[in-house]
Amino acid sequence: MISSFFLRALEGRILAAVAVLLAVALLVPAANLLTAPDSALHIPTYAVSLMGKYLCYALLALALDLVWGYCGILSLGHGAFFALGGYAMGMYLMRQIGSRGVYGNPDLPDFMVFLNWKELPWFWHGMDMFWFAVLMVLVVPGLLAFIFGWFAFRSRVNGVYLSIITQAMTYALLLAFFRNDMGFGGNNGLTDYKEILGFSVQADGTRAVLFALSAIMLSLCLVISSGIVRSKFGKVLVGVRDAESRVRFLGFRVENIKLFTFVVSAMMAGIAGALFVPQVGIINPGEFAPANSIEVVVWTAVGGRGTLIGPIIGAILVNGGKSFFTGAFPEAWLYALGALFIGVTLFLPKGIVGTIQHRFAGRRAAKAADEAEKSAADTAVANQIQAAE
Amino acid sequence: MLRFFLSILLMILALATQSVAQSDPKALIDALGKADFKQAEDLLGQIAASADPRVVPALEAFNDGDLYVRKSDGAVFITRASGANLALIDPLSGAAAGEAPKGAMTKLKINNSLRRVLRSALGGLTLLSPDRNVRLSAADAVLRSPSAENLELVEAALAKETDREVKARMEEARAASVLSSDRPVDQKRAAIETIGSIGGRDAISILMSASASLDASLKPDVDRAISKIQSSLAFWDLGQNVWYGISLGSVLLLAAIGLAITFGVMGIINMAHGEMVMIGAYATFMVQEVIRTSAPQLFDWSLAIAVPVAFLVTGAIGLVIERGVIRFLYGRPLETLLATWGVSLILQQTVRSIFGPTNREVGNPSWMSGSFALGGLSITWNRLWIVAFSLSIFFGLLILMKRSAFGLQMRAVTQNRRMASSMGIRTAWVDAFTFALGSGIAGIAGVALSQIDNVSPNLGQSYIIDSFMVVVFGGVGNLWGTLVGALSLGVLNKFLEPSVGAVLGKILVLVLIILFIQKRPRGLFALKGRAIEA
Repeated sequence: MISSFFLRALEGRILAAVAVLLAVALLVPAANLLTAPDSALHIPTYAVSLMGKYLCYALLALALDLVWGYCGILSLGHGAFFALGGYAMGMYLMRQIGSRGVYGNPDLPDFMVFLNWKELPWFWHGMDMFWFAVLMVLVVPGLLAFIFGWFAFRSRVNGVYLSIITQAMTYALLLAFFRNDMGFGGNNGLTDYKEILGFSVQADGTRAVLFALSAIMLSLCLVISSGIVRSKFGKVLVGVRDAESRVRFLGFRVENIKLFTFVVSAMMAGIAGALFVPQVGIINPGEFAPANSIEVVVWTAVGGRGTLIGPIIGAILVNGGKSFFTGAFPEAWLYALGALFIGVTLFLPKGIVGTIQHRFAGRRAAKAADEAEKSAADTAVANQIQAAE
Repeated sequence: MLRFFLSILLMILALATQSVAQSDPKALIDALGKADFKQAEDLLGQIAASADPRVVPALEAFNDGDLYVRKSDGAVFITRASGANLALIDPLSGAAAGEAPKGAMTKLKINNSLRRVLRSALGGLTLLSPDRNVRLSAADAVLRSPSAENLELVEAALAKETDREVKARMEEARAASVLSSDRPVDQKRAAIETIGSIGGRDAISILMSASASLDASLKPDVDRAISKIQSSLAFWDLGQNVWYGISLGSVLLLAAIGLAITFGVMGIINMAHGEMVMIGAYATFMVQEVIRTSAPQLFDWSLAIAVPVAFLVTGAIGLVIERGVIRFLYGRPLETLLATWGVSLILQQTVRSIFGPTNREVGNPSWMSGSFALGGLSITWNRLWIVAFSLSIFFGLLILMKRSAFGLQMRAVTQNRRMASSMGIRTAWVDAFTFALGSGIAGIAGVALSQIDNVSPNLGQSYIIDSFMVVVFGGVGNLWGTLVGALSLGVLNKFLEPSVGAVLGKILVLVLIILFIQKRPRGLFALKGRAIEA
């Protein structure tokens, strides 16, 4: 059953995308580590980290696509799950600094010493163990999504209202994490990491491994998402998106279907955040900003929602464009992003991948129609012949 | 041996001070030049007792550190800086007495206990001033630092006083002085009554500081008076909180009311709404700039001029946005969110390119600055005007929606587009002008918000989430819901603030809204009917 899940997931385009991602996971680190710095094939370390960041964003966009593209829940708070995953990883990395901080306290991170705290708050306990931190990366966003979704889906909050309260959720978290009393470093966030599992976070090798890990996690989540949407559950999911009441009348528990998808998606967003933090080197409350979550929606829309591959392409394209524009014409970036928002909604409502798929599907349908017509004509001719006889 | 000399010294000093006691104010003031802190206190008491209003300038100069003694002859002068020298002024007559180099003069030192004595002495002396306002502030000064020495003075002044307000204040000052004197218990009891009726935190502190030295039998009276004041203070605090809440609510209402049209009535998730507010604020800035350079006398009218300007500018921008972008997206609300977010980024960057990223200074006209007291409430004029302004916009809009032909068409189109179209309403134009109206009202809101907030390209961003919360909480498609939603969120926020802090209060409000939406998914005042389910 499991194997059929994955076999179905790996159909056509998804298989190609996974192959590309795995190839990238191998080739980019190789080009970074194994070539000489002056070689034409060499990829500098900063570029590896930058691309790793794009892959994390791609994973976040993929997570959003699962709920928005297939379940019709436009979450404007996915940045919150991403940031929570990031904070969980950031806490682990802070604990790894140990006594090498500015104040040299073996237990307390610098900002707590600075705030004159005497002991570690309860929610920081256990965060020095990698397995526990990884567990929290999944559990914390998942739990928040579960609680939030439990209430929201049960009381049938949907459409615009749901979008706005998800935005309220991430905004409330933004305000909360800005407070010093929360114990997450206030507006400076968590930074100055030294090492992860004993490897220096600055080292080229660690960065390459983190990059490869991001690509592998992305392909794994892609396969899982694909498996979900191609299973029978996935068909119901699309039904919920297109005609929620009808699916309910058919006897499905719509709220449970939504809840499951929402929680899975939030966990994926958490993983993306956890991979993002060691590569970028900082996590701060700015990641909770509602504007960030809306930007994720744009990546997804640009690539094409409801296509799984589209959001990955969209995230990489838009962020690549952002890096290019903010370097070359900093003034123009917001104009470009704004125009992209408007252009995509007006002229590419299906996104890049969606539009291409639609073209192909159109051609195939036309071909099928052609053939049907031909065969109909043939039968008509045959009938005429019969009649003539 | 040493003790013997000291006691002799003290005796001589005591004699010296006593000897001047009988002499004129001039001698008393000159004696200040030689006195130490303790003696100065006695001297000030005698000066106060002399009740001679001529000494007031000298005492004020003493308080301000402008009283100097001449080293050569020990004469005391009021001084003003005059280049490297000090200009000398006779302490009593106020006549100029030449100049002296700074080295020839010594400043009279003053400490806190002396300053207190000085203040009460001054208070006592100025009680007899012919100027009514001086007497009033003197009575205030005695009230703030009551002392037994002033009591007779206050009573003397009280007997002569004719002005009602000053008299009332002097009664209070007298009561405060009685408490620190050795008058009989029943007089003190009456004094406690009087002070209790003043109210306010100052009265509590007067009673508190006096209660230590009071007779034990008066304790219950003091406690009763204090608890009475405290309960009235608590009442006014409550009132102040309600006022702050209404004031915040009116700001929320202003920010949200345009959105109640574009989002509530038309169903467009208008993320560019905040930018319309921001552009309205910048329109105010531009109007003020033009007035500053060409017609400064009109400055007090700048806001009145800015209101129509902002309405037209933002309305026109809204019209362009509707015709250019939004009309292609009707029926796809979630995509209007993306497109209008894009519009908002472009508008923000445009404003940033034109006006720069920093805050712009928008001035308050004179009628919007200052404050007044209403009972125990302190109300600032700009907040009061904003409350009045937002309510008048609200009711104006309500009348427009319910009583005008345009309002009728607008409601017809939102309720049943095809039927409205069959009746000959040009639905496309109604859409365009409804959006323009919503944007224009956001612009007007910007005029008011420019008075209380920083005018920067990010102005709109800080209101957008709050505005959506208000509209969703109040109920989409219902203007009354927006009013009730804004005011109740404002008051709730201000009531949570004192106990949990501003940020946590805001977080709690957000969480409460999220929970509230679970209970009533369509807000406080939900529209009912089959059309809603579609």
